[in-house]
Amino acid sequence: MMRFLLLFSRQGKLRLQKWFTPIPEREKKKIIRDMTTMVLARQPRSCNFLHWKDLKIIYKRYASLYFCLAIENQENELLALEVIHRYVELLDKYFGNVCELDIIFNFEKAYFILDEFLLGGEIQETSKQVVNRCIESSDMLQEYYCEGETDFPGTWRKYHGGVYEQTCILTCGLKGIEITAGEEYRSRMYCI
Amino acid sequence: MSDVVEKTLTALPSLLSLDSQPGSAKLSSTSKLGNLIRGITELTSKHEEEKLIQRELSAIKEQVSSPNTTMRQMKELMVRTIYCEMLGYEASFSYIHAIKLAQQGTVLEKRVGYLAVSLFLNENHELLLLLVNTVLKDLQSTNLIEVCMALTVVSQMFPKDMIPAILPLVEEKLNHPKEIIRRKAVLALYKFYLIAPNQVQHIHNKFRKALCDKDPGVMTASLHIYLQMIQENPEGYKDLTASFVAILKQVVGGKLPMDFNYHSVPAPWLQIQLLRILSFLGKNDQSTSEIMHEVLDESLRRAEMNHNITYAILYECVKCIYTIHPKSELLEKAAKCIGNFVLSPKINLKYLGLKALTYVVQQDPKLALQHQMTIIECLDHPDLIIKRETLELLFRITNAQNVTVIVEKMLEFLRISKDDHTTIDLVGKVAELAEKYAPDNEWFIETMNTVFSVGGDMMQPDIPNSFLKLLSEGFDSVEEDRKLRLFAVNSYISLLQGEPGKLPQRFLQVISWVLGEYSHLREDLEAAVVQRLLARLLDMKNCSSETKSWVLTAMTKLCEGASGVSVAQQVSETYSSSLDTVLRQRAQELQHLSQDSELRAKALPRGVGLEPVEVDSSLSFLDGFVSEALAAGAAPYKPPHQRQEELAGTKALSLEPYGLSLPISMSSCITDRQSPTLLSMSSGLSGDSTDLSHKGGSAALKLDGVKRVWGREGYLSHKEPVEEPAQVEVPSPVRSPSRQGEADSSHSRTPTLTPTPESDQEKQQLASSLFVGLGSQSSVCLMGKSEQTTQRFRRKAKGHSAASSTSEQMSNSAVSPPSTVDSLLCNNLLDSNITSELAVSSPKRTSQLSQGLAATNGTCDADTELLESDRKESKPAVITDSYVVAADPAPHADPDRPKDLDLSSHLPAELSGLSHSEITHLCTNQNLELSACHVQKEDSLLLIVFISNSSDSAVQQILVQVDSDELEVSCVGDSPVEVRSHSVAVCQYSLSVKRPAVHIELAGMVSYQLPAGSPQSAPFSYKLPLTSFIRPLTVSTEEYGTMWLAFSHDTRQNLTLISDDQEPLTATLNVLKRRLQLHVVEIIGMEGIVACRLLQDQPCLMHCRVHAGTLAVWLRSPVPDLPDCLIYHCQRALQGH
Repeated sequence: MMRFLLLFSRQGKLRLQKWFTPIPEREKKKIIRDMTTMVLARQPRSCNFLHWKDLKIIYKRYASLYFCLAIENQENELLALEVIHRYVELLDKYFGNVCELDIIFNFEKAYFILDEFLLGGEIQETSKQVVNRCIESSDMLQEYYCEGETDFPGTWRKYHGGVYEQTCILTCGLKGIEITAGEEYRSRMYCI
Repeated sequence: MSDVVEKTLTALPSLLSLDSQPGSAKLSSTSKLGNLIRGITELTSKHEEEKLIQRELSAIKEQVSSPNTTMRQMKELMVRTIYCEMLGYEASFSYIHAIKLAQQGTVLEKRVGYLAVSLFLNENHELLLLLVNTVLKDLQSTNLIEVCMALTVVSQMFPKDMIPAILPLVEEKLNHPKEIIRRKAVLALYKFYLIAPNQVQHIHNKFRKALCDKDPGVMTASLHIYLQMIQENPEGYKDLTASFVAILKQVVGGKLPMDFNYHSVPAPWLQIQLLRILSFLGKNDQSTSEIMHEVLDESLRRAEMNHNITYAILYECVKCIYTIHPKSELLEKAAKCIGNFVLSPKINLKYLGLKALTYVVQQDPKLALQHQMTIIECLDHPDLIIKRETLELLFRITNAQNVTVIVEKMLEFLRISKDDHTTIDLVGKVAELAEKYAPDNEWFIETMNTVFSVGGDMMQPDIPNSFLKLLSEGFDSVEEDRKLRLFAVNSYISLLQGEPGKLPQRFLQVISWVLGEYSHLREDLEAAVVQRLLARLLDMKNCSSETKSWVLTAMTKLCEGASGVSVAQQVSETYSSSLDTVLRQRAQELQHLSQDSELRAKALPRGVGLEPVEVDSSLSFLDGFVSEALAAGAAPYKPPHQRQEELAGTKALSLEPYGLSLPISMSSCITDRQSPTLLSMSSGLSGDSTDLSHKGGSAALKLDGVKRVWGREGYLSHKEPVEEPAQVEVPSPVRSPSRQGEADSSHSRTPTLTPTPESDQEKQQLASSLFVGLGSQSSVCLMGKSEQTTQRFRRKAKGHSAASSTSEQMSNSAVSPPSTVDSLLCNNLLDSNITSELAVSSPKRTSQLSQGLAATNGTCDADTELLESDRKESKPAVITDSYVVAADPAPHADPDRPKDLDLSSHLPAELSGLSHSEITHLCTNQNLELSACHVQKEDSLLLIVFISNSSDSAVQQILVQVDSDELEVSCVGDSPVEVRSHSVAVCQYSLSVKRPAVHIELAGMVSYQLPAGSPQSAPFSYKLPLTSFIRPLTVSTEEYGTMWLAFSHDTRQNLTLISDDQEPLTATLNVLKRRLQLHVVEIIGMEGIVACRLLQDQPCLMHCRVHAGTLAVWLRSPVPDLPDCLIYHCQRALQGH
């Protein structure tokens, strides 16, 4: 079972938090602090797994954003890494070339996507199509009620261009990659 | 309203646009969040951010509480509040509004409302109760999206007490035509199962239906529940093995829709979930494991793509292969696979490779040998995580020969590690290794010194405790004890003469105790010198008062001679006016005892071991006082947890409108709440406290069971120096059979065949010292074993009364089969044959056992019937024909049948008239076969173990030990010590329950000797339902009333009524009476009271009331867990009817 998922920037700013088990507020703050310091201190190219208390922390960096997932001890680390990856793919499919800005300004959408993907600390649905269909059907309503409220990432990037220079697309060139062999992931600056 | 706008105008110009230009609200609503975010990024200091957010929050606060705010605006406000909370600013004022939004908003607003609720609150938050009605409403909505939202929030958090209110609705959703709804409903039920398993017990057959769902997504969701249930009780789900295998086969074969692919790998999450389930099912169970061998092989073969996800599957596959009953062909492939991980250049895979090795090395130490050079490299890896994992692996392969090198590596790591959790863990491991394998006194004391100074005050308190215990209890040789203690004293004196200020408190406490106790062993040392050294500690600034009292106690033991007394006087004067009462007490003791040497000799006799102090844990001497106080009108004592429960209970009561039924009528409550009899009161009390003492006792015993190889004359250093400096040899990865007989491992090392370059030599040397002892020697198997048993009992059994020491022995040798295997391996076992043989010996029981259980005196027939019917009804869609065959336990049960008849004739004559459970096969070891059954007597439950010897020679020195965490086991009559050839001997054990559990498991160990052979042993286990221990309890209604009040543990549940009779209550109670042997005390109208007892004399009372078509049951007992376990059996009994 997963315990929590945190998204934070390279500067240690929290972008998203999801707690799958009840944890008191104070404890949460401490965990966030611990996680950001621990993960940000890691050297590039080192192991993506960490120990923290009795939990295992799986983290991965996508462009300027760190995804940090805590799992219980008997869980599979590699699989958790792919959970993170699938979430990024889901975000990417929804936003189209997702970048940190999309998550900052539309964080509620990111939560909605997460809630369709993971539920109560377990995988709910892994199919990109299904999750998207789900989100879109809810969004359809949204558009029906108040057209045009959804903001599209492209405009945002233009709009906030100067402020968020560090922001770049999380999954640079992710789409259309067929995995053959070797290190193609890295070569595409997929995981920086 | 305009005031508000004006106030916030400066901070949030965009607010204006909302009110003045409603038409442009679409744009402005997001730009308000945008403005906030931009505003924050433009700030330069944390302080400014704080100011801005506080301003923002107060603006939001005003807006949300304004009656004019529309739900639409509320939605936007909520998003901003979520953002503020994420930045770490508390906004609890908005929680109630989030709930309101979820309740009143349109679908879109509701969505944000629910999201806010799920982010703001957790399942323990009291406001969540206000959400229950909304959820109820949405669950019944015709709008799918609303239903989805309600189910999503329910699966994330829901108040435990309110589950019954929505459970029927969620259950209903399992039949919904939309798969997404079914999937979410299954996950909601999974959540309920996790937080309140009792509540969903009755819908287990619905889980089966979900497992057979035509939509793979729903099926996958149901696996979460199954994984959990199977982990808790693998025996109950063996019949599903073939189904899981069939599903996995189809998934691996690519039969699922493309939708489920992840990077062209078919449903990896599903695959891994299934592999985990299979490993639980196949653990220690040969026949079940055989079903899955083929599919595991296929999984290994199919997962060949070079991608993380395939490695994840491979890793899980390897883990499964090593967990289930071994098959050599598969093990070989798995080992090769681990090799791929370990040798991979990718660091994540290397890490997992090390982890897999750690897991596997207990069964197959030669795998560690194969990869020794990689392991050495990882030990020096710059990434601490890799290093840490390598140490974990080394910890598993530590033996007496490599302990010094490994401990040194661990201490090295400890010195650089900054993580507390790691330190605590590693320090404990070092201490464990030091106690087990220390080569000599000097090393042991020095290592423990490092442990104490590095571990500091964070380490587990049992480390210093067990160290002191070890010192004080000593070993067989008095001379060795003396040497060890003397060495400790010397070492501590020199530490105190150095800089004691740097030592952690715990270490100082250890030092002062040892010096107080043993410094007299050093003859050239005057007590007064030690006194002064200790007195110096008292003056240190950072010395805690706990340490001070340890020091004072030590000084009290030491005040001899005039100079010693004067130091003591001085110190005691300082502290006899201390504000700390404990310190003052110690100072007073010191003062008096230092003056009166006669009294001191009596109070603190020297050199006497730790004789146990008799403690009356039930506090029975207070019974008189208690009864007097009660007679004088005092309220009966309630333990804190009960008081809290009752408080919670009253809370739950007020929620009645939501449809919670109150199982007991108020009137009966009030009449019962009068005067409890003193008798039952005190028995309840002492029952509780003895229970506690049991728990404490068993924990202490377990500590004793830890193998202490350490001791005596540092025996290994005599045999073989740990590392010869000039040696450039490595243990050969491949063993040759000719060397297997050699006992001494050093001779089994072969020189390296190829000359190695200089730089590698160092590493190779390290390798040779690390992996020494993992080399081959098959004969050690028996040696190792016997050695181990002697070591086990090496520690003197001091400080235990006769009775407790026997139980200690039992728990020692019957701890559990795995621990034997474990320690055997630590003793240089490499021969995997023996390991596997050991591993095999325990299983076999599986389905026979469950069958035997089901047939137990007819009480559990319900279980089997239920299973049967389940099987018929709900055959998973993906299941093939083989399912039926595999699920039928008959094939391997058959051979035992004739024996059953045969053995029952060996039942002791006095028991032959009583009904007994089916005779179950326990284990077979060579020609000895063990079987068992249980016999229900009126006042006891007997376990009968049949030992049949089918060999041509007699088996001698038979010792059958049985133990259980939940049971008190005592041997009845004489146990046989010898079984002649081709005959059967019988052992009898009387069982009584210490701690109730739904099913109670016994672990046992039989050890014996063949005339021409060495000692042998085999583990076994036996399981029986709690109902075997239940007997009717005949009481009158008045007695029932008084007892009811006195009992502190209770549980409530609604059960299904049996409705085929005119009198459903009577009919239901009769079924319970028949199946569970309960006593129906009285039935009045729609209420009934029932009583039973758990052997020997633990009462449990049951109050039943017919309410809204169900039977509201309330159980009470003085024994914790008993009501919960009993309600489970009641449910099963009624379901099966």
